[in-house]
Amino acid sequence: MAYLKLDHIDKVFSRGGRDSEVLRDVTLSVERGEYISIIGHSGCGKSTLLNIVAGLTPVTRGAVLLEEREVNAPGPDRAVVFQNHSLLPWLSAYDNVRLGVDKAFGASRSRAERHDWTMHNLDLVQMAHAKDKRPSEISGGMKQRIGIARALAMEPKVLLLDEPFGALDALTRAHLQDSVMALHQKLGNTVLMITHDVDEAVLLSDRIVMMTNGPAAHIGEVLDVALPRLRRRLELATSPVYLKCRQRVLEFLYERHRYVEAA
Amino acid sequence: MSKPLRKTEPMSTTTPSPAATIVSLPAPAVNLWRGRLMQWLREMAATILPPLITLAVILGVWQIMCMKPDAALPSPARIWSEARDLIVDPFFVAGPQDIGLGWRVLTSLQRVGIGFGLAGVTGIVVGAIIGQSMWTMRGLDPIFQILRTVPPLAWLPISLAAFRDSRPSAIFVIFITSIWPIIINTAVGIRNIPQDYRNVAAVVRLNQIEFFWKIMIPSAAPYIFTGLRIGIGLSWLAIVAAEMLTGGVGVGFFIWDAWNSSRLADIFVALAYIGLTGFVLDRIVAAVGSFATRGTQAS
Ligand SMILES: Nc1ncnc2c1ncn2[C@@H]1O[C@H](COP(=O)(O)OP(=O)(O)OP(=O)(O)O)[C@@H](O)[C@H]1O
Ligand SMILES: [Mg+2]
Repeated sequence: MAYLKLDHIDKVFSRGGRDSEVLRDVTLSVERGEYISIIGHSGCGKSTLLNIVAGLTPVTRGAVLLEEREVNAPGPDRAVVFQNHSLLPWLSAYDNVRLGVDKAFGASRSRAERHDWTMHNLDLVQMAHAKDKRPSEISGGMKQRIGIARALAMEPKVLLLDEPFGALDALTRAHLQDSVMALHQKLGNTVLMITHDVDEAVLLSDRIVMMTNGPAAHIGEVLDVALPRLRRRLELATSPVYLKCRQRVLEFLYERHRYVEAA
Repeated sequence: MSKPLRKTEPMSTTTPSPAATIVSLPAPAVNLWRGRLMQWLREMAATILPPLITLAVILGVWQIMCMKPDAALPSPARIWSEARDLIVDPFFVAGPQDIGLGWRVLTSLQRVGIGFGLAGVTGIVVGAIIGQSMWTMRGLDPIFQILRTVPPLAWLPISLAAFRDSRPSAIFVIFITSIWPIIINTAVGIRNIPQDYRNVAAVVRLNQIEFFWKIMIPSAAPYIFTGLRIGIGLSWLAIVAAEMLTGGVGVGFFIWDAWNSSRLADIFVALAYIGLTGFVLDRIVAAVGSFATRGTQAS
């Protein structure tokens, strides 16, 4: 039995008497420690799917099973890094992380332990030096790091990343990708990541889930990325496996499921 | 950020001869200090001079217009001669009813403090509850918008009838005048909490009380302080109406009393006191607001 299982998920949004079917029959099994990327055209329902796993959006039909138990409400076992960092602007970087730590471990760990754990996670993303800064005082890449630290600090079973590097410049993005890759190697989290970026998907993932265009999007194809860990972006550039995977995803996105403007 | 810049300035002047470093360092520092003082003075003059000039012009025009002996209103010079004791010493005590306007303002402030304090707490709580639900918001907002425009004086008979006692009635008039903008602004602020923050709260699983303190209040703080600022202005506006009821030593009643005994000059002085106090109150709430909401603006 899979660690995380999306079981025949349908999602229909009803608004003002009109139904719009966003997801139809999405089924996916994820093993423990796997890094999965979800790629698809804008508006196909990737965020909706991630929010369903996070428990922020209820399913219409089907279920999300984590360790064989159904989850349908948000919880610290599935931490989310949001597309636009979503740090609370009135809290310092430290307090943003601490908020999650206090809620997840308020009962089980002492105050000092929670402080150490917060600092440890800020260290993991190399942000301990900016712990007292507020979000408005740090760069976009730094904010995203804090967001990742906040999610990691809750020791989630599954880490959900919604286009975590989407709003960053190419250099910062590459840097953060390397950080996330190293963290995944070190901590062995199960990760579900949404991305628009084909290279990012191939570089980071064990499997790439390609979604068809909406409405009623489903999983069109799942690609195994048979590249050994630890991956180095410069070496990959010439690796035949890497290029083949990249080619497959591009074909899927731009040949078979071309973005339809009207959809 | 400007610190390193200043440091390098004297250094660069001395680079040709390192031996001169010790001598030349203090001089630019003093000059710099004096320069900053001058600039500060210039800025102060730029902010203070225009209002002073305007005031002088207004007083001059007023003096000319009301100089005739049969003028309806007293001229500034007459106010000065008739109400000198009130102007020069705000805190004299010459009898139970004959005290300086400073004391009267303090008494009124106490009353406003209670009324506005109650309005603030109640308004934020009610606004937070209303802002939670779209239906209560839609249902109540038009009613609040109408009640908001009722003048303080109009609440007098109602509150007297309800409380049958002048003291609570006066405070109620202040309360009811100032609460509407606080409720409305808080509710709008709560409505406008970004979905992102709600998601964060859901993921870390904040309970209702934690959500109120850790998300709602800070996120809506800029709106709440806008409401409080309008509210403090309104509650100070209501002071004359409120003290028409209570009598005693408040500055509002002083005006009412001065009118009844035709002491027009005293009224003008009291108006100046009320205006200045209202201005200070507004600035205090604004300052507290900008301190409390620093960094709250999403980046
Ligand atoms: N709360 C909602 N109510 C109604 N429709 C919604 C809601 N949320 C999303 N949708 C619709 O569902 C579809 C999928 O949205 P979603 O945000 O999941 O797309 P996405 O794949 O994440 O897009 P992007 O890549 O641009 O982030 C869109 O057509 C959107 O209009
Ligand atoms: Mg999205």
